[in-house]
Amino acid sequence: MLLGLAAGASILAVAIIGLIIYEIVNSASPAISKYGLGFFGHQTWNNYTVFGAATLIFGTVVTSAGALLIAAPLGIAIGLYLSLFSARRTAAIIGPLVEMLAAVPSVIIGLWGIIVLGPFLRSTIEPWLHDALGFIPLFGTPSATGSGVFTAIIVLGIMALPIIAAITRDLFLTVPSELKDGALALGATRWEMVRGVVLSSMRPGIASACILGVSRALGEAIAALQVIGSVFQISSNLFAPGNTLGATIAIQANADNSKLQVASLFYLALVLLAIELLVNLAAQAIVRHYRVPSASGPTIVAAGAPN
Amino acid sequence: MASLDYTRPLTASGNLRRRRVVDRLMRGAATAAALAAVVILGLMVFAIAQRGGSQLSVAFLTQNPPEQLYAAGGGIANAIIGSALMVALATIIALPIGVLIAIYLTEFATARAAGPIRLALDLLYGMPTIVIAIFILGLLVVGHGQTGFYASLALAIIMLPLIARTTGESLALVPKELRDASHALGISRWRTTVGITIPSALGGIVTGTILAVARVAGETAPMLLLASVFDNTKTSFNIFGQALPNIPYEIFNLAESGGTVNVAKAWGAAFVLVVFVLIANFVARALHHRSTRMMTGR
Repeated sequence: MLLGLAAGASILAVAIIGLIIYEIVNSASPAISKYGLGFFGHQTWNNYTVFGAATLIFGTVVTSAGALLIAAPLGIAIGLYLSLFSARRTAAIIGPLVEMLAAVPSVIIGLWGIIVLGPFLRSTIEPWLHDALGFIPLFGTPSATGSGVFTAIIVLGIMALPIIAAITRDLFLTVPSELKDGALALGATRWEMVRGVVLSSMRPGIASACILGVSRALGEAIAALQVIGSVFQISSNLFAPGNTLGATIAIQANADNSKLQVASLFYLALVLLAIELLVNLAAQAIVRHYRVPSASGPTIVAAGAPN
Repeated sequence: MASLDYTRPLTASGNLRRRRVVDRLMRGAATAAALAAVVILGLMVFAIAQRGGSQLSVAFLTQNPPEQLYAAGGGIANAIIGSALMVALATIIALPIGVLIAIYLTEFATARAAGPIRLALDLLYGMPTIVIAIFILGLLVVGHGQTGFYASLALAIIMLPLIARTTGESLALVPKELRDASHALGISRWRTTVGITIPSALGGIVTGTILAVARVAGETAPMLLLASVFDNTKTSFNIFGQALPNIPYEIFNLAESGGTVNVAKAWGAAFVLVVFVLIANFVARALHHRSTRMMTGR
């Protein structure tokens, strides 16, 4: 009896995945048959008649890459600090605080992003970057409202940061102390020990931690929607507004919209689903291939991370 | 190489001094990164406490929003009730299924059967909530309209891998000797599981459930798609018949509609949600410490 129930529940989990993929492909099929692969190259997204995903894929990739660029070095540094550099008592205070950051709901991070962070970036950081590095097209005219791709990058980076920090911390704690002590006994400084022993032996694990972090940024819909400005455009200027796959689905998916629009939104969801599946499978493949000790993240953080 | 001067004291010179400087710099940078994360959290908590705390009053927690969208006064009582109902229903759905999956994986499954199930759980765990939301939209809402139940289903799918994972971890911590002793007494496998293993792992199951509840209480994407069309001046308990007002959508909507009054209310609702999430995480953490200490005897 219990075995039957337990097996049934497990089959249900597998079936849900299958059903999600089936339902999304099925609902997207009108848009797939109308646009085909041209959907990905087409820039116009007119809310009633014409739908193309190019600007959204661009926005998603740029914001996620930017978020990773910020969160990866900071997160790994925090992982190092918590596992190797800090006193145990300090780590016992700062570690949970970093994990708390992962527990803040995305809608609240987005609210903070649009009311507090955005105006601050617009009035100080963006003009400063524009004046100093304005010759690079990335740092163009500061945004008018404080919402834009740059703000989204910072917000998504803040969301990916605690994930990368917590996973790499647990990873670095698994480095055998014989290896660390050996390096120190040979006269290495602590940083040389970290570079030579810890970082080099944990490279695959660090990679999969970064993948899991960026996966959060890729799939985040609400916080991105709140701060990115929702303009369908491809701009080299980071301070200009843009849009992402998740944000567009979140604001437009409504059963009352035209059939083609709903189908196009499902097509976007299919793209997002495919990216996420690829990314997660890649992280798993790395873990399995290199036998990294548990890179799935600690339960507490993992459960506290809103997507 | 210059001859050694044995009278000189052993002090850092040249290369060693440079290495030490690099060492100190890198450790300083790592410390700074950790401080940066704490400062970001501090800024966020400060903004929420300062802007949201001032909104808090008995009326804010016990009244519904006013008739006019931009009018002052009123509260979020209907959203608190709606969120509580939908999260409770999601927990009722996800908890037994999640625990059963964990039981199957730790107590019954062969390695070959466990592989695909673990993979499915990992994929569900990594699935963007907006994808889960639009899946339910396409499956149930198109042609039928929104209900609180559909939103609960989406939340339950989000909770499932969290509960299954934490339950699995705590089941794995139950000592093998306990199970062996039970088997030696001739007790059947399922009674051992129900009577011995699950009670021993109860702390972990409760911890996982609290964390999952804290996580989905703030989920906004499913609410935007599945519970966003309702009369926001009324309280509704009709979870199977209509969409229910809820806190995440309330925060999103108030912030998006703009205007000082509404944004201030959004901060107030954010304050309520953050306090709930932080308390839940704190309780879960305390329980987690207690139950692992009991299990591992440390």
